[in-house]
Amino acid sequence: MNRFAELLDRLAYEPGRTNKLRLVTGYFRETSDPDRGYALAALTGALSFKHAKPALIRDLIAARTDPVLFGLSYDYVGDLSETVALMWPKTELIAHNNPPPPTLTEVVARLRTLGKTELPKQLSRWLDELDETGRWALLKLVTGAMRIGVSARLAKTAAAALGDEDPHDVELIWPGLSPPYLDLFAWLEGRGEKPVNRDPAPFRPVMLAHAVENTDFAGMDASDYIAEWKWDGIRVQAVAGRDARGHIVARLYSRSGEDITQSFPDLLPSLHLPGAIDGELLVVREARVQSFNVLQQRLNRKVVSPKLVREFPIHLRAYDLLGDDENDLRELPFEARRKHLETFVEKLGDVRIDLSPTIPFATWDQLTAARANPAAAGAGEDADAVEGVMLKRREAPYLPGRPKGQWWKWKRDPHVIDAVLMYAQRGHGKRSSYYSDYTFGVWTMGESGDELVPVGKAYFGFTDEELLQIDRFVRRNTTEKFGPVRHVVHEPDKGLVLEVAFEGLQRSPRHKSGVAMRFPRISRLRWDKPPREADRLETLERMLKAETAEIEASAVQR
Amino acid sequence: MTEMRPQDILLPTAAGLCCKPGGFHIDPVRPVARALITHGHSDHARAGHGAVLATRETLDMMRLRYGEDFAGSTQAIAYGEEIRLGDVGVAFHPAGHVLGSAQIAVTCGDTRIVASGDYKEARDPTCAPFELVPCDVFITEATFGLPVFRHGDAANEVKKLLASVALFPERAHLVGAYSLGKAQRVIALLRQQGYDAPIHLHGAMEAITQYYASRGVSLGELRPARGMKKADLAGTITLAPPSATSDLWTRRFPDPVTAFASGWMRVRARARQRGVELPLVISDHADWDGLTATIAATGAGEVWVTHGQEDALVHWCKAQGLRAQPLDLVGYGDEESETALASEAEV
Repeated sequence: MNRFAELLDRLAYEPGRTNKLRLVTGYFRETSDPDRGYALAALTGALSFKHAKPALIRDLIAARTDPVLFGLSYDYVGDLSETVALMWPKTELIAHNNPPPPTLTEVVARLRTLGKTELPKQLSRWLDELDETGRWALLKLVTGAMRIGVSARLAKTAAAALGDEDPHDVELIWPGLSPPYLDLFAWLEGRGEKPVNRDPAPFRPVMLAHAVENTDFAGMDASDYIAEWKWDGIRVQAVAGRDARGHIVARLYSRSGEDITQSFPDLLPSLHLPGAIDGELLVVREARVQSFNVLQQRLNRKVVSPKLVREFPIHLRAYDLLGDDENDLRELPFEARRKHLETFVEKLGDVRIDLSPTIPFATWDQLTAARANPAAAGAGEDADAVEGVMLKRREAPYLPGRPKGQWWKWKRDPHVIDAVLMYAQRGHGKRSSYYSDYTFGVWTMGESGDELVPVGKAYFGFTDEELLQIDRFVRRNTTEKFGPVRHVVHEPDKGLVLEVAFEGLQRSPRHKSGVAMRFPRISRLRWDKPPREADRLETLERMLKAETAEIEASAVQR
Repeated sequence: MTEMRPQDILLPTAAGLCCKPGGFHIDPVRPVARALITHGHSDHARAGHGAVLATRETLDMMRLRYGEDFAGSTQAIAYGEEIRLGDVGVAFHPAGHVLGSAQIAVTCGDTRIVASGDYKEARDPTCAPFELVPCDVFITEATFGLPVFRHGDAANEVKKLLASVALFPERAHLVGAYSLGKAQRVIALLRQQGYDAPIHLHGAMEAITQYYASRGVSLGELRPARGMKKADLAGTITLAPPSATSDLWTRRFPDPVTAFASGWMRVRARARQRGVELPLVISDHADWDGLTATIAATGAGEVWVTHGQEDALVHWCKAQGLRAQPLDLVGYGDEESETALASEAEV
């Protein structure tokens, strides 16, 4: 347990993905079975036991310490698990009879079988046996609030690195595995066969597109490509297969292979034929595709209420077929797969699943025109949910990863506004010596005339050279410092104007301005522009109006 | 002789802790005629006093920082030596905080008050170990006066650092540490773990570190980080003042891992706030267990608690049946001001 705790401790401070991977892989290498398997399960959220409530933790510490000292400490530390872990008093264990601290395996095994009434006593015993970091990790584990910045995907990638295997291969066999993953580690260490995924509805690694640049078109022949709309939804793989008893098992995977079936129970009955569809998850109301803002109401929900299902009906727009019953279609050219897909979708005959239409075009100019005006080029009322155009080579097989020259995405131009840099904050990791996180604002009428109101934060989009320039500007034009944050001069004639690109807007009560941007980034530095000429909040509000009307209509019904 | 009340012997004033019957102040924050200085950190040892009485090391450190003319006159006192000042006797005893640090025992009639300055009872290879001085009134610091502060064994923290160096051989490790005391202790701890590669230093800590070495503290091979090629700093350890570890200065290092050696690192939010990736819980102050054990062991019936988390410690003392009160002294920090100055020395 203490070694696992050390890992969590280190991960909690490490900002970089590559370094996180190194830490986790290092842990898997040094730790033996079955401890490392339960660690992998903890990191991927695959452990299941009843979590302890904060009130229980409070009771435990109250029984051991002075309430005044606990109160002062909790005030200072601000986190219950951490406060308890740090101030848990050392017990007078008899030296020769000290039990060794529990292993992660023991903890997990006990937690699974423990009755509710036995939990407090067991927890106290463990807290006595562990050190500070061990106690902290234990409390994080039992309260189910790990939050150490490690995704399931990252943990699996770290495991794959143990055997120099492709993380996709781990993802593929994952649904057939269970903690403590002895077979997985045996394979990764070359001691055993690759585990077979007996899952009737397995995930297949996804094919991804490159962003097309204007210069790319010169080398591309329009007749080699099929074009489709790029839908602004969630890329999913919808897989159905038959289990040993011949029953249909259906699953929905994110593009990284995460099983997200539980969030979309309303789509499952539609997946009644064995096959694997690659497509986009969208909300469709009255035969009209809704914008991403609307779809967002369905994302990251643990509980899916009937009301939510009714008001945000989920839909699958299919654009590829990877498997048809027992047949793997991935080797076929896209054009042939598309034929299979058309037949398959017709056979399904379900209103929730339809075909992503192709865009007819003969020249790049025609496609350029379609991209500029999707509504007139066949997208019709769904044009709001179109975020550009996809180009797929007719001959392309379905290849995992991001192969060159097969699929291209040609995104709609982003929205841009000119905003004024207001605050700058130091970055993390490699950027910890740079002011690289920027809060920017636009003008609005305040009580005493025009003032800037913050509308967003961005920390990428600029080049390394531009970062140096902004960093220098921030250091020379700081008006006040608050810890890691600097107030940067922002007056009508003094300050830096940033051109900010973003994908969309949302109303947000958390922001003073009332708006929040989707995917904002710095697209250009406007050294030439005085702050007084930056954009106004009214501009954003106009852009917002169209987008929010639809969400609010349903919010009122709720 | 009539029994004097403790507050007749030592009294907090705007200039600092004042001993009227002895005619001196302890660690005064404003210029005074006669100052007794517990240790060399800049919040305790300031320039501009008339006469200064301190250990030889503390006087040397003041000279290093402020120049030869930092006081009208100076007098060095050895540990254990007793001197008569006015109506009181004073003696300096090791405080275990940094090289030359002392607790000052003031005896008047039958009453002995010990002003501990900053102290720790944990072992430290760079200075004389803390000496317990029985007394009637104990004036304790409370920098880490909350039961969440338990520093543990510093050797384990240094092992953590070395494990990280082994895991990331292509990155540089930057260890933020107060330039007086902490930095040298970290170096000495690294040497105790058998790490014998050269250790690099930020410019602001070269002079003080050399001073430590000149006083017989063995620190192994030290090199300035200045002038090194970026690639050559891969896999190395560099000590720097804390504020320098998140500044422009770090850009000369290859993908640095930022560590910080401080008792504050026990609390995650504090470490994250500073952007620390590798917190090392190494403190030159007593932790909660150290504070409470020391207070009990002095046998003092009365405890005055200064700079830090006074409330919790006063509460604890009262629960033990001791008289206790917070002592309202201003101007003492946790060496933060010192490091801010130090980091400006080299950009």
